[in-house]
Amino acid sequence: MTSDRLKRNILLLIPLLLLVAACATTHDRLLDMDTSQVQLRSIQSRAFDTTDKEKTMRAIIATLQDLGFMLDRADYTLGVVAASKARADVMQAPGSLRVTVTVRPRGEKQLLVRANAEYMRAPVTEPKPYQNFFNSLEKAMFLEAHQVD
Amino acid sequence: MDRGSFLRIGSALLAGVLLLAGCAAVTLDKDLNLTPEMFAQRQIQTRRFDTTDEQKILRTCAALLQDTGFNIDESETRLGILTASKERDATDAAQWAVYLTVSVLLGVPIPPDKDQVMKAFITTRPVGTAGQQVAVRVVFERIVFDTDHRITKIEALNDPKMYQSFFEKLSKALFLEAHDI
Repeated sequence: MTSDRLKRNILLLIPLLLLVAACATTHDRLLDMDTSQVQLRSIQSRAFDTTDKEKTMRAIIATLQDLGFMLDRADYTLGVVAASKARADVMQAPGSLRVTVTVRPRGEKQLLVRANAEYMRAPVTEPKPYQNFFNSLEKAMFLEAHQVD
Repeated sequence: MDRGSFLRIGSALLAGVLLLAGCAAVTLDKDLNLTPEMFAQRQIQTRRFDTTDEQKILRTCAALLQDTGFNIDESETRLGILTASKERDATDAAQWAVYLTVSVLLGVPIPPDKDQVMKAFITTRPVGTAGQQVAVRVVFERIVFDTDHRITKIEALNDPKMYQSFFEKLSKALFLEAHDI
């Protein structure tokens, strides 16, 4: 009987241990130190051959709207656009995919666009979603997006 | 093994599987890639107006949103943006009937929908070679909460009639005809 209960308790402990193992420290989460910052920056950034900040920001907003995002915040002076999109995955409560896009000058003749996304309480670090986003943005901008190092 | 322990082990395993499923990478490719459906949506949600005055269109949109009970959340005239929202009741009689039946018969209450937040997101942009027209695009969405204040669904409102009636109202307020894109 005792060993039976012990067995049961151990079985119950396994998911708990999995949960704990999946936990990162607050410090890791706050500064998201697990991916190389340089690598991530290059995945999330593209340069465009234009200095027209207004046109670029309008194209970003139009692209996000095309992709089904709802706007949360936009500030021309700061060059920031934040938007979110509801997603429903199987077995999961509705979550939102959040994106922040910033625009800033890069040298004299270019603008640097950086996007970062967050989904299910974690940063999106795979390159593919960003590639897709910049492909869509290229079409709205009628300009080529240059990879930056 | 008796039934109780079998259930317990089963639920422990299920919890483990759910946890692991939460760790697996989710593909976001579809979300950030333009699809033909997205273009179809754009068609329904956009109209062009013969004017060069983008600000006037934004002002009229803000007034129209106010007329329809929305509160403005965010705006940036320089970028042609307006977002608004309103909270409304989302009670559905049929859903309540199911809820009561299920909780009486099975003793497992599934909370029914109670409130909803309706959101509107409007963008304007000059179009045409000399910018002699302004395109207006509006998107509506709703977030539904159950009686426990949990989000039960977030959905885009895709009925073309809603958009048609919005643009009819806007057209009247502007004294301008709305053209399809």
